[in-house]
Amino acid sequence: MSTASLTYAGFFFALYLAANLVTRYTVPFADPYLLPIAGLLTAIGLTEIYRLNPDDAFKQGIWIVVAVALFAATLFLLRHDYRRLETYKYLFGISAIALLLLPILPLFGLTVNGARLWVHVGALRFQPGELAKIMLIVFLAGYMREKREVLAQGRLKDWGPLLFIWMLAMLVLLETRDLGGGLLYFGIFLAMLYMATARVGYVAVGLGLFLVGAVGVWKVTPHVQDRVTIWLRPWTEHKIYCPISGHLDLRQNCQSFQLVKSLYSIGHGGFGGTGLGKGTVANLNGKQIIPDLNTDFIYSALAQELGLIGAAALLLVYMIFVLRGMRIALLAQDGFSKLAAAGLTFGFALQTFIIVGGILRLIPLTGITLPFVSYGGSSVVANFVLLAGLLLVSNRANREMLR
Amino acid sequence: MNKQVSHIGIAALVLLSALIIGTTYWQTWANAGLANRQDNDIRLVAQFTIKRGKIYASDGRTLLATNVTKDRAGQTLYFRRYPTGPIFSDVVGYSTQTRNRTGLEQSYNDYLTGSNANLDTVFRSALDKLKGATVTGNDLMLTIRPSAQALALRLLRGKCGAVVALEPATGRVLVMATSPTYNPNLIESRFGLATRTSAPCGAPLVNRATVGKYAPGSSFKMITAAAALDTGRFTPDSPFYDPGYCEEYGKHVRNAGNPEAPETFGHVNLSTGFEHSINSVFCNVGKALGAGTILDYAKRFGFYSLPPLELPESERVESGLYDHGRLFDPKHPDMQVDPGRLAFGQERLAVTPLQMAMVAAAIGNHGAEMRPQIVERIVAPGGKTITHLQPDQLGRPIKRQTADELTRMMELVVTGGTGTAAAIPGIRVAGKTGTAEVGRGNIHTTWFAAFAPADAPRVAIAVVVESQLNGFGGTISAPIAKQVMEALLR
Repeated sequence: MSTASLTYAGFFFALYLAANLVTRYTVPFADPYLLPIAGLLTAIGLTEIYRLNPDDAFKQGIWIVVAVALFAATLFLLRHDYRRLETYKYLFGISAIALLLLPILPLFGLTVNGARLWVHVGALRFQPGELAKIMLIVFLAGYMREKREVLAQGRLKDWGPLLFIWMLAMLVLLETRDLGGGLLYFGIFLAMLYMATARVGYVAVGLGLFLVGAVGVWKVTPHVQDRVTIWLRPWTEHKIYCPISGHLDLRQNCQSFQLVKSLYSIGHGGFGGTGLGKGTVANLNGKQIIPDLNTDFIYSALAQELGLIGAAALLLVYMIFVLRGMRIALLAQDGFSKLAAAGLTFGFALQTFIIVGGILRLIPLTGITLPFVSYGGSSVVANFVLLAGLLLVSNRANREMLR
Repeated sequence: MNKQVSHIGIAALVLLSALIIGTTYWQTWANAGLANRQDNDIRLVAQFTIKRGKIYASDGRTLLATNVTKDRAGQTLYFRRYPTGPIFSDVVGYSTQTRNRTGLEQSYNDYLTGSNANLDTVFRSALDKLKGATVTGNDLMLTIRPSAQALALRLLRGKCGAVVALEPATGRVLVMATSPTYNPNLIESRFGLATRTSAPCGAPLVNRATVGKYAPGSSFKMITAAAALDTGRFTPDSPFYDPGYCEEYGKHVRNAGNPEAPETFGHVNLSTGFEHSINSVFCNVGKALGAGTILDYAKRFGFYSLPPLELPESERVESGLYDHGRLFDPKHPDMQVDPGRLAFGQERLAVTPLQMAMVAAAIGNHGAEMRPQIVERIVAPGGKTITHLQPDQLGRPIKRQTADELTRMMELVVTGGTGTAAAIPGIRVAGKTGTAEVGRGNIHTTWFAAFAPADAPRVAIAVVVESQLNGFGGTISAPIAKQVMEALLR
């Protein structure tokens, strides 16, 4: 136990207490489970990041401070009535698109791992998509609340603005090649549409459209074809052409390197894990085996060190978060609040599923962060804002029930 | 709207449950399959975070395998070092980063890494993990006597061959030496150098004691004689006439020696035939018994099955008839196998030194054959013995009376027959020579199998030396056997 790690622990415990005091003051009736769960997940993440790379942990620490500050600011600003956000729904929709478009701009954009979803200003890098997700949910909640009756009737002109913004978002995604994001936004959209209209048919049509779209994208995009191939057949018996090195190589040494090593990492954990900090993440020369281990692949490091027991416990914590989030949506009195809370919660669950499911080879792997746990500033900031949103809805619902 | 919200909530929980199921799949069912993948470098590196158990010789002091530590990326890694270098390499084997493990390092990997299913070890390893302590493996203590082992290797230097010595009453392996050998410390860094040898036969990584397949020559007469006596068809006094050859399929099969003027002994009995290794006598015994009976006795001694030693399966082979390199177990041996040639150890026989030592040990142990064992004790890091060697009788290939009669015949070999070079003053030695033609002029594979003291043996030995020009079992192998036995009896 070094002084550095104890300092971290002390500092972040104080930060958590501060966040708790803010919630007590601003949203006293809010659900009491969500903030502790977020604190727990953030702590697990920070511990693992510190174990993998202390320098990253320091940066992540700064981002957590920023995130908690924004969390507090959100609560303060909207503590009286968050529902006035509904008035600005179109502004949110357009802002979301604008944020998603930012990385495409030549001056700011940055391509990482084949996806163009970073923005950099000097040394500062962030993914605007994470915040755009929340804005999109606010827009969808406002729009669908207003139009839910007519949407359920299925008149084309009421679909107009929705489909317009939707198609724009999809185009942006295709341009940035952020598959995980695309799947996430589309899933949130369908879930919210179902809740607003109660029409299973829309979900069916939506899923059908998604499949058609997915096949279409798959046909024209080599990047996507690659992802699917890696998913279906990560191991080859014979050497094949490796586009990364330009030589013949086994696929597990080439495109599917990261996925396969991550599976080895998870498998090595076994039932009880190697123990936190005792896992094997570097090869004999001290080089980290799995690239992006503390961002997209942090789950495979955690699964190795905590084992099945620890990984399952971690997922159960996510499930409790989702249960509390859905409970807030059920208790909320108005349509906007219900849609927003359920949308945010479902987005949280779906994002977890997309990254962990990708790592576990349940679905094709696409890079996206694990909420609260992964290393990444924009992710941790966005998730704390998401948490603030849920607490605001919860506070209002509980206060009205007590009245 | 609440109904729909519940539906979406359930959908979200189903997605997260799928993740728990997926994780369970990879960490339990698929776990072993992933671990065995060649490119699994996590597993590969992880095994170096375990402090492997040490390996000691029978004296409990001579260290055969130990660890050196290196710090890499904040992790302490343990790498193997073999202080005795080439002396024990073929038994102990090696455990390195880049190559498959061999020898006891492979077959006892579970014990050496503390991952054996033994309750004590499971508990301790789990506790180590929880405490964050380094997992430490169990130590092995072998049955091999370090000084005799070193002596055997010294005697084999420059030659190709093997020496196996057993304790007949318990099956303990006292010496298992093979030549040429290699330095296991070079396997990782300089594999090319490790596999280089000046010996004409090459292949220093091969443990000739357990996978060397040699024509047994006259040493096989131990088995033929055992069959002859045990079936009751012959006694040591059964009379024979030796004209210098034996007639088989209308042709002469000549005795050893000059092909133009082979040795001729005239009127002899079975005991004398054994003492002087007269081929015509055994040729006639073989014709009388038939190939089937002789092969049956060979099987009773363990031919046609892998010797049950603790080395990995790939480092042991069966003894028996080999046809085009493959083990050949004839369905109708009396029609497919030449009984006369089989009886004096020709035909297509191929025998390992370990198997021949087991035969000598069984005869010395009054007909009871013991399982050869090489691990004396397994000791947990705290000093507690987890398991210790328990003598195990494999079977009783021949009757006690047969064994004792055969012992007397084998004593005559050393006192006045072909194996006088193995005589040790003051100790009764029983032995049998073997000189096998390998089809290249006067180049022979020379054998000596023996045990001593004859009445209550403490050591049984088999020595084989390859490619000896004009060399014989009695002149090449018997002196080696003598010196190693002396060292072991001291």
